[in-house]
Amino acid sequence: MEHIRMPKVENVRLVDRSSSRRTHVGTLYLTATHTIFVGEGSEDRNELWVLHSLVCNVVKHKASQSGYPLLIHCKNFQVIQFIIPQESDCHDVYISLSRLSRPEKYEELYCFSFNPNVDKAEREHSWDFLDLKAEYSRMGLPNKLWHVTPINREYRVCDTYPADLFVPKSVTLPVIVGSSKFRSRGRFPTLSYYCKENHATICRSSQPLSGFSARCLEDEQMLQAIMKSNPGSRFMYVVGTRPKLNAMANRAAGKGYENEDNYCNIKFQFIGIENIHVMRNSQQKLIEVSALRSPSMGEFLTGLENSDWLRHIKSIMEAGLFISKAVAEEGVSVLVHCSDGWDRTAQVCSVASVLLDPYYRTLKGLMVLIEKDWVSFGHMFSHRCGHLIGEAKEVSPVIDQFLECVWQLMEQFPCAFEYSEKFLISIHNHIYSCHYGNFICNSQKERKDLCIKEKAHSIWLHLWEKKLDFMNPLFKPDQSQNQGLLRPSTAPYCFKYWRRLYNRFDRELHPRQSELDCLMTVKEETQQLEEELALYEQKMAVLDKERAKTLYMQKGVLDSKQALWSLPLDISLANTPQDYIGGAPNVFTLQQGERESAELCLFGDQTKSSDADNSDQESGVADFSSHSSGEESLPSEDSVKDPDSDETGPNRA
Amino acid sequence: MELSEHIKTANVEDVTLRRPFHPALRGTLCVTSHHLLFSDRKDEASWQLLILLKNIDAIEKSVENLFGYPRAVGSSGTITIKCKDLLVLQLEIPGMEECLNIASSIEALSSLESVTEMYPFFYRPSHLTLNGPWGLSSTEQYYKQTERLWDRWRVSTVNSDYSVCPSYPSAVIVPREVDDDKLIHSARFRQGGRFPVLSYCHHRNGMVIMRSSQPLTGANKKRCKEDELLLQAVIDGSELGYIIDLRSAQQAQQARMTGGGFESKSFYSHWKRIHRHHERGKVVQESLIKLVEACSDPSHSVDRWLSKLENSKWLSHVHSALSTAGLVVECVERDGHSVLVHGSEGTDNTLLVSSLAQLILDPASRTVTGFLCLLEREWIQAGHPFQQRCAHSAYSHARLKQECPIFLLLLDCVWQVWRQFPLALEFSEALLLRLAQEVYASNYGTFLCNSEQERCAAGVKENTHCLFQSLLRPDIEEQYLNPLYEPTDLAIWPSVHPQSLQLWTGLFLRWTEYAQNMEEAREEVWSIVKEHHEQAGPDRTNNTLSTHCDTLTSFENLMDELTIL
Repeated sequence: MEHIRMPKVENVRLVDRSSSRRTHVGTLYLTATHTIFVGEGSEDRNELWVLHSLVCNVVKHKASQSGYPLLIHCKNFQVIQFIIPQESDCHDVYISLSRLSRPEKYEELYCFSFNPNVDKAEREHSWDFLDLKAEYSRMGLPNKLWHVTPINREYRVCDTYPADLFVPKSVTLPVIVGSSKFRSRGRFPTLSYYCKENHATICRSSQPLSGFSARCLEDEQMLQAIMKSNPGSRFMYVVGTRPKLNAMANRAAGKGYENEDNYCNIKFQFIGIENIHVMRNSQQKLIEVSALRSPSMGEFLTGLENSDWLRHIKSIMEAGLFISKAVAEEGVSVLVHCSDGWDRTAQVCSVASVLLDPYYRTLKGLMVLIEKDWVSFGHMFSHRCGHLIGEAKEVSPVIDQFLECVWQLMEQFPCAFEYSEKFLISIHNHIYSCHYGNFICNSQKERKDLCIKEKAHSIWLHLWEKKLDFMNPLFKPDQSQNQGLLRPSTAPYCFKYWRRLYNRFDRELHPRQSELDCLMTVKEETQQLEEELALYEQKMAVLDKERAKTLYMQKGVLDSKQALWSLPLDISLANTPQDYIGGAPNVFTLQQGERESAELCLFGDQTKSSDADNSDQESGVADFSSHSSGEESLPSEDSVKDPDSDETGPNRA
Repeated sequence: MELSEHIKTANVEDVTLRRPFHPALRGTLCVTSHHLLFSDRKDEASWQLLILLKNIDAIEKSVENLFGYPRAVGSSGTITIKCKDLLVLQLEIPGMEECLNIASSIEALSSLESVTEMYPFFYRPSHLTLNGPWGLSSTEQYYKQTERLWDRWRVSTVNSDYSVCPSYPSAVIVPREVDDDKLIHSARFRQGGRFPVLSYCHHRNGMVIMRSSQPLTGANKKRCKEDELLLQAVIDGSELGYIIDLRSAQQAQQARMTGGGFESKSFYSHWKRIHRHHERGKVVQESLIKLVEACSDPSHSVDRWLSKLENSKWLSHVHSALSTAGLVVECVERDGHSVLVHGSEGTDNTLLVSSLAQLILDPASRTVTGFLCLLEREWIQAGHPFQQRCAHSAYSHARLKQECPIFLLLLDCVWQVWRQFPLALEFSEALLLRLAQEVYASNYGTFLCNSEQERCAAGVKENTHCLFQSLLRPDIEEQYLNPLYEPTDLAIWPSVHPQSLQLWTGLFLRWTEYAQNMEEAREEVWSIVKEHHEQAGPDRTNNTLSTHCDTLTSFENLMDELTIL
């Protein structure tokens, strides 16, 4: 609270990014957790809520004649521009927001103040919703070859690993300890995925401290044991996910990679994925491209190419594909590592898992996978997502890339996933929002020390309860090509720009009608009809019995229930015109005023065109905007209004 | 020369066929006057591949022992066949001589120049007869059906002998108050005689889209009173009309040097000119060639792919076409003004823009019938020179003459609109793909010749079948329907941001594994919708349910009475 210099500013203008001519006047409020903009006017709820934890940076722009512009870039790629009439107000808001969006302590994060109306039992239940033990037993573990080692129960061997870890039964505790001493940060090789059908595994670790010649007997024994725990194979792959040059350079620092001569029966494979710094810069360039206002086709494609983003996505996909093929087709176990084993390793293991196991292509499966490979194995969410003020160089979109790989797969296999891209986008949003406790801190130990489970809530149950919003109507689990290993093409044209994520809030860029939403409605309705039919048949059966007892019949009047079955397909039918004029700005000056008023719809939904009664086509536009609030649940979910604001209360300071 | 004289070897046994995503097949290859026929030799369910020779864009042959390594037992050669529908096949033919013979037959027969020798003149399926009307509609019929035209517009047959404008149909729609004499004068003032004619009249406000070719003002700024009056009559007293010139202002200026030009402000005072630059001719053809080349190599890196995609400029053409169409729609629907569209000749980009604008504006053109009528009116009858433009496609090594894939560009733009409004079109991507194929090689006569005059002279209507009619037969039409179609009366404004435009994978990646997964998705969409129809079909469910309701109500009444008793 003490950081809020200016709780309320009036006469602020919110600029619509798609057309800087459109602005909305209203009042800006700063609360402890949100920036809230309330538009003026007769419309009841024109509000924009932005969580402070989603704010990436705040920039003051040069004063214009209408006031002092303030630009807020969010981690979910929303960009908001306010124009504040007074310079001092603008500065105060800027200072306050800059501080509020960079918390110094975990305790300042939103998840600790977020208090939905649920009791303790329900909160605990939300944490119990996912159970990693159940996940391992789904894989078929423990079994006669693999068991849980108690060695890291107190996080003493490796403080970034989870407490429960699967290792081959044949390795002894001293071997584990020895191996962990030979690995960066003590992250010794441990199991990530087990393939029931052929006993092949995906294991993960950090790099060995091999330098140019160092050896570690225990580590060699460890790998030998992993290889032998897959009775069907004579060798195993060790996949280094760094570019070879980087790995070799690391040897000079006493680190490096396994020497094939020292380890029996390993095949070392480099699959170059660039480091977090390269990825951060690449995404930054991509974001700049996505934010271009009416670029030419050439500018857009060149920008996309220069960002290198899709090249990186392809390299992660290829690494995942290599591993999944080794496991499924060759039946060979794989050990994956990068440097520390929490970024590229997590990406590659989880992409491979999605390719291998149809379970991870279901809603719950993806949640479990993220919980296992990312949360429990110590992906440093706080650093990578920049939850707290700190080292900017630690920030990197590592998990964004994983989600995008899944999205690219969904584009190639539209029937193989139970969830739609909305699910991925929602997860992405919550990873950064700090709304729930799951993605706070850098390791399981830190979360335990902070008592996250007692103080905050878990996201997964919340998403599960909203699962109808995330379903893919085309999902066909029984189709043979959707079972078992997915074999995506890695041809360059298969990697596409993810418009729904990067231009999530630019409504005018997205299709005006959604095929999937429409199909979902159709599907739900079919089911409903089936159920009702069944119900009627049941009732009929009961009544038929009654009929036998009855002595006389009476004609009733047909209650015309047909109206019930009319299709309520809520399809938005029209669209607002786009900016087709581009280079010829002086053409429509006469009509400008008229058009602007017709297009004015605050935040793109809810509002009806103010002068809709002018003519036929105007009513068409109004019709569209009123429809769209129902249709486009995506941007309105987290941005336009905070989805959980009802639970938190208005929070207005 | 008889066609059969080109065939030196008609039959070869033991040919191996390779095509994408199928195992290699061995079988017999036959060359006929119009087809390449491959049939495998399995006893039952023999499989055949029939390719129209006209569909073959390029062939490449490699004969193995050209370099003097004769093998003891025969030699063989490989022919790579690259089709205009972008399919690439390989045939391994035993015997060098046979291989060369087949290759030369294909080369000769796939590039026939004479229209009446082409396959549509020989295509005689048993279920179609040649009698009866050809095509879906004529100018007169269109006029009769469109009541809103009757007041101010008339059908002129000034071009009935094609002497006024050789590329126009015999009948065109013009302002009622302009007589044929004025039309003749205006035609002399326009390139190729393409004087301004009506293309579309908007059902909401009666505003029109006209199209023409450029005026022949030349270097000394000639004017033509009749042409000015004609355009004046179009706007009929309203204060403003827009001329969308599909060239940059500079290009339009330059055109004056070669006798062309533009409508100057001083003589057409009620018309406002807007210039939008559109590439044409060779540039667009080269774009297609580059794009297909980029798509054909899956081993490229992502960077290389993106730079080739960008370099092809294909998506830029899509972008400009949709933007200008959007601009036209904005003028007509939003601002309530009439529009005249033209470039230079008025036979390519002009038609592209005017037909896209209609698709966006007019719900009637979004049905299967409506869309085909639109194509017939705005492309076939309006004189798009199909034969010249579609002589070759992306693979051909032949020197480019007048080839230009403007029609393919139209189909791509329609596809983009469908992606953005998946419920608004009655037809599906399958129809667009079929048209993309038919326009280059067809059993039907619809896309033959360059104008109605030529079609008349060649006897196309008497001697070939009409594609559009055959597509509309109920059993055929069904495959081209959009299961999610939900008609809307409103304009469907597409987004033209580069982020919103995509590569048309269905066409350009048609023969890759990518397209196969999409096929599965399409089938699933159909099955979801069919299941719904079964449940909610108007006949079955409602009947069952109403009977149920009926009985239920009567029983419930009965029960109530019993309770009271």
